[in-house]
Amino acid sequence: MPELPTNLKGFAHVYDRAHINTDEIIPARYLNVHEEAELAKYAMEDIDVDFVKRVKPGDFVIAGENFGCGSSREHAIWALRGAGIKVVIAANYSRIFFRNAINNGFLAIECPEALGIVKSGDQLELDLLAGKLRNLSNGQEATFVPISDFARELIEDGGLLPHIQKKAAKAA
Amino acid sequence: MGMTITEKILAAHSGRDSVVPGEIVNAKLDLIVCHDVTTPPAVQMLKKLGINKVFDPSKILVTPDHFVPNKDIKSAELSKQLREWRIEQGIERYYEIGNHGICHAIAPEQGHVLPGQTIVCGDSHTTTMGALGTFSSGVGSTDLAAALATGELWFKVPDSMLFELNGDLPFGVYSKDIILYIISKIGVDGARYKAMEYRGSGLKSLTMEARFTITNMAIEAGGKSGIMPADSIAEDYVKARTSESYTIYNSDEDANYSERFTINLSELEPIVALPDLPSNGRFIGEIKREKMDQVYIGSCTNGRIEDLRIAAQIFKGNKVADGTRAIVVPATTEVWKTAMKEGLLEIFADAGCVVSTATCGACLGGHMGVLGAEEKCLSTTNRNFVGRMGSPKSKVYLASPATAAATAITGTITDPREFLKKTAAAAA
Ligand code: SF4
Repeated sequence: MPELPTNLKGFAHVYDRAHINTDEIIPARYLNVHEEAELAKYAMEDIDVDFVKRVKPGDFVIAGENFGCGSSREHAIWALRGAGIKVVIAANYSRIFFRNAINNGFLAIECPEALGIVKSGDQLELDLLAGKLRNLSNGQEATFVPISDFARELIEDGGLLPHIQKKAAKAA
Repeated sequence: MGMTITEKILAAHSGRDSVVPGEIVNAKLDLIVCHDVTTPPAVQMLKKLGINKVFDPSKILVTPDHFVPNKDIKSAELSKQLREWRIEQGIERYYEIGNHGICHAIAPEQGHVLPGQTIVCGDSHTTTMGALGTFSSGVGSTDLAAALATGELWFKVPDSMLFELNGDLPFGVYSKDIILYIISKIGVDGARYKAMEYRGSGLKSLTMEARFTITNMAIEAGGKSGIMPADSIAEDYVKARTSESYTIYNSDEDANYSERFTINLSELEPIVALPDLPSNGRFIGEIKREKMDQVYIGSCTNGRIEDLRIAAQIFKGNKVADGTRAIVVPATTEVWKTAMKEGLLEIFADAGCVVSTATCGACLGGHMGVLGAEEKCLSTTNRNFVGRMGSPKSKVYLASPATAAATAITGTITDPREFLKKTAAAAA
């Protein structure tokens, strides 16, 4: 499995709001499918109809508190990832969204300061090991608590299921 | 140091004497509940990995509920995948259309939920089952897949918050009002990652049906779980449904809580949560009597028989207002049948309501009452996020079944006590 990349670069899509919920990230009317490419077409549709058109592979979503609250639908992660989003940086997360992110090997970074230094369109660089977010467009920086060892292990294994398989193989 | 019920259940299921909040444990699961939206992707993940057998079919319960009876071709495919998978896996606890129900309602109703259990389901309102003294929490599809394959799952032991409910609910005020009150007090992230534990003399006056409404909405405050000690009311409920044995856990006197709240039930009034957050609750006397295009009575929050009885009491002899639509959706087939036998369906029909079969339906904007742009709906469901019941331009107001019924009759947001008084006076 791939090592966790230490440095990531991408452009920011900022949603300066708390409680962005999974109904907004992927509305229930699209839950009759679960293919990432299909879900990706509707990502964030109820907040921002042009989101999908603007996102480029590797981009970041920046948001406020309690990101991903509400429904447990993992489709929210798949829709964002399918649309090209590499990392979400929020002030903090709802429990199920955060868990789903780790389980999918998807990066959900908790950084309350990010909103203060980033605007949409800025180019960002994320140093996962150092816990540093750099805004390459304005030179400002923010720090965050590097992800926990447990989360890192899951993400490095490629998510929960490969992690379990690896453990089972070791035990055998 | 003492432990909370939640800590005791998690310790017992992970082979430990004790656990403390923040620790990560691998807990064995007693029940895994599966529905038509989040299970098919989990099954696909397992197939991809070559895992062809679930860990134990007898610990799995399957019911299609979200888009049933299938609303379109794609949702029919989801139900079909679920049906074929359960046959292939030999899962016997399966509730096909005609016996089906919303997962969080049918699992306890049919006697599959026992005090002391650990339960997961790929659905955020799994917290509902905590009212029977279980640790039950919602997960995504990957967790669900891992749970189905291995029968265990990692959990961070949550901090517990204690809500002490004292006194009795006043006339016309219901458990939905209690939980809307609590969420408005602590906010939609007030219990983020935490277990919301309830106790106090006020619990004794609440039936199991009323209690499920409270634990159901733990997630609307961000909670990991909602939990109540299994008392004699809970035991009576369980014993009427199954003869299986179980273990009851109670919190120690010196258990540690991150926060404590005391709520005097006698001070509550009917509450309406205004759009677009469940935490926007206001006492009904403080808000405008806005006109509603639709009233929806149902869901895993308030689609149980007691809810329908309360609504029927208000609808009896009245008519749904011109310009308003009322939709009643029993949470399970059994609720539907009981409502029929008790004559409630006739009361709803005479009042001009539409009664559906059990389904999640319009609760999540699926079908059976989806809202158009600019429409307003007063609903007994649990979430009023933007677009939750249809168009992102529609608005959802949350309230109790009594408030919903009263609102359907006048067409504007109405205090149910106005009608309950009339009913009481008519009976006298
Ligand atoms: S009734 Fe609504 S909240 Fe409950 S499980 Fe169904 S969609 Fe979710």
